[in-house]
Amino acid sequence: MRPLTDDETKILFEKLSKYIGDNIRMLLERPDGLYTFRLHRERVYYCSEAIIKFASNFPRKELLSFGTCFGRFTKTRKFRLHITALDFIAPYAKFKVWLKPNAEQQFLYGHNVVKSGLGRITENTPKYNGVIVYTMNDVPLGFGVAAKSTIECRATDPMSLVVFHQADVGEFLRNEDALT
Amino acid sequence: MGRRKKTDDKFAKPIRGPGRKSRKQGEPVFAKELLATDPNEKKKISSRGKQRAKKRLVKEQTKLTNKKTTKPKPIIKRQSDGESNDDEEEEQQGNGYTDDNQQWLTPKKKKVLFEGDENEEEEEEVMEEDLPYNDEFNVESSSDDDEDDLDEPKLDIEKKSKKLREKQRQQKESAEQELLTNIQQHEKVQFPSGQEVTKEAPQADLQLLMHRIREVINVLNDFKNKREVNRSRKEYLDLLQQDLCNYYSYNEFLMNKLIDLFPLAEIIDFLEANEVQRPVTIRTNTLKTRRRDLAQALINRGVNVDPLDKWTKVGLVIYNSQVPIGATPEYLSGHYMLQGASSFLPVMALAPQPNERILDMCAAPGGKASYIGALMRNSGILVANDANKDRARAIIANTHRLGLTNIIVTNLDGRQFSEHMGGFDRCLVDAPCSGTGVIAKDPAVKSSKDDKDIQRCFTAQRQLLLNAIDSVNEFSSTGGYIVYSTCSILVEENEAVIQYALNNRPVKLVETGLEFGVEGFTNFKGTPFHPFMKYCRRYYPHLHNLDGFFVAKLKKYSTKQGNKKESETIQKKKEIEEDDSPASINED
Repeated sequence: MRPLTDDETKILFEKLSKYIGDNIRMLLERPDGLYTFRLHRERVYYCSEAIIKFASNFPRKELLSFGTCFGRFTKTRKFRLHITALDFIAPYAKFKVWLKPNAEQQFLYGHNVVKSGLGRITENTPKYNGVIVYTMNDVPLGFGVAAKSTIECRATDPMSLVVFHQADVGEFLRNEDALT
Repeated sequence: MGRRKKTDDKFAKPIRGPGRKSRKQGEPVFAKELLATDPNEKKKISSRGKQRAKKRLVKEQTKLTNKKTTKPKPIIKRQSDGESNDDEEEEQQGNGYTDDNQQWLTPKKKKVLFEGDENEEEEEEVMEEDLPYNDEFNVESSSDDDEDDLDEPKLDIEKKSKKLREKQRQQKESAEQELLTNIQQHEKVQFPSGQEVTKEAPQADLQLLMHRIREVINVLNDFKNKREVNRSRKEYLDLLQQDLCNYYSYNEFLMNKLIDLFPLAEIIDFLEANEVQRPVTIRTNTLKTRRRDLAQALINRGVNVDPLDKWTKVGLVIYNSQVPIGATPEYLSGHYMLQGASSFLPVMALAPQPNERILDMCAAPGGKASYIGALMRNSGILVANDANKDRARAIIANTHRLGLTNIIVTNLDGRQFSEHMGGFDRCLVDAPCSGTGVIAKDPAVKSSKDDKDIQRCFTAQRQLLLNAIDSVNEFSSTGGYIVYSTCSILVEENEAVIQYALNNRPVKLVETGLEFGVEGFTNFKGTPFHPFMKYCRRYYPHLHNLDGFFVAKLKKYSTKQGNKKESETIQKKKEIEEDDSPASINED
């Protein structure tokens, strides 16, 4: 376990800012204590200093997880966001997409979202920006990338893609082993 | 507009592949009745039908020749008047009447009108069966019967009814006799002979076996009066044990343990309860939702839910569900956890407080750990440890899903945990066990456990418990508690383990805070346990409709370690353990 290097921090924050913009500040400056990112076995964990201190006492090999896992660095040093980060990303999301009930299931199975399944979308969503996907009753389901801007979405036909799938809560079941 | 049926040959090949055309609705299929183009067209006749037709033709001709000789009758109905008796006779035979009344019942003299008549009758019956659309014959014969009933004198019917009554009486008699013999057979317990004992085939008469079990229990409950003189109590007990083993397919070892554990009146209830599954229960994740909201959301999805019981505020019981309960969007977004009701209990006994340091020694798959985290409201530190790495991964997935942020997941051997970390306020030891409380979940336990397995289990449990005690901070202002729980009901894995800890570590038993459940044994088969063992709680499937479970709560009051002699015994135990590695320990 170690703090992130500058490079890694930059890559991580670039990725996060696609979803929550400059709300990253809210993650780091919390009123309830000092929270930081830590790298452990190529995975980035986010948790309070107290837990980090405590966890650092366990042997490296046997320590499997602490706090919340945000994602991992690939071998090519790209950062891949995991669904486990959803709890911290969803409250600060800049751009949101709401799905109709019958499109929920499709998204939870790992499919992209088509126009006909789109319930609502935040105004001014730019093309290829990160979005958080919600159900109509505001339960976060995962995140994706907007395939079209809000204005383009209005004009397009019902079968065209509007959100590319990136991660969804269905992975807790499908992908349990690869999560952390 | 309708779909066109493609009859051409070039369309005969089905369209395959992922494209839109392959998803197109198939060709229309028409009912057979509709396809028949010409209703007047002759029906195809089977080979038997052809034979029959030939026969009919021959007969018709003979009839014609007959008619030429006798006076032809104008109405077809009249034709068969004379056949009534004949008809009756045939019917009787067909209905399976006996020939008991042969002596007095003589058939009426036949009055044959035509030679072909008898044949005709047979023919008619065949026709009735084979050609239902050819009504003519049918109508004829049925009308015949009616006329017969009216024309004939009452005598015939009377005879019939008399015969029927006679038969009923006979049946009744035989049934009574059978009953009597049955009663006689079961009034006394029949011990199987030596040969029978060795090669018993109980599948054939499970009912009889059950009957004998009940009889033996009956005798054993009032042994003085009901026993056979030359049979000892042990013989009865052996028979009972044998029968129970056969009936419920347990091995002898486990059945003996169970018979020791329960009074005779309860043993069958317990075994029966093990044959049925416990209801599916879920625990509301109070970090993300409230029970009422969750219940509403699930009801909207077509799940039939109800609050579990009055002792829990977070449990829901699922009666039936149209959707898989482990894959609803609510489950995936962490609003609830699928969890047996009995696994709420140790956490409730532990009573974790916010801002404490808590250790869950054997945490996988994270049900209890996540409940602890929810009760701590994500404050403090929760360490979830499991010795099995693959199962520890399940803890990670589950706790992330449920939104726990204060959790550290480790993969250490619980028996050496205190070497790495100590100073916890509370510790939960949900030890791996033989699983004798959850036979309903895993019936393999019935026959797979033996003495050695149990020994392996309780050795590991003792080590885990001692280590858990060592890792708890006795000076903690709020805690210093250890909760020990297993899903086993055997005394060796429960009270005996607690007693061992009491002997070797500075701990005392305290109230669990659970208001229901059976008290632990303070004395078992002549082995006395600590009198405070009554604070422990046992749960049984037949009494509480929970999985079999044991919960004990200990408080550490001093730093002093066990004396040297005892630590030596622990060392010895460890060596034994290393010799035979725990292979078939059933983890909860």
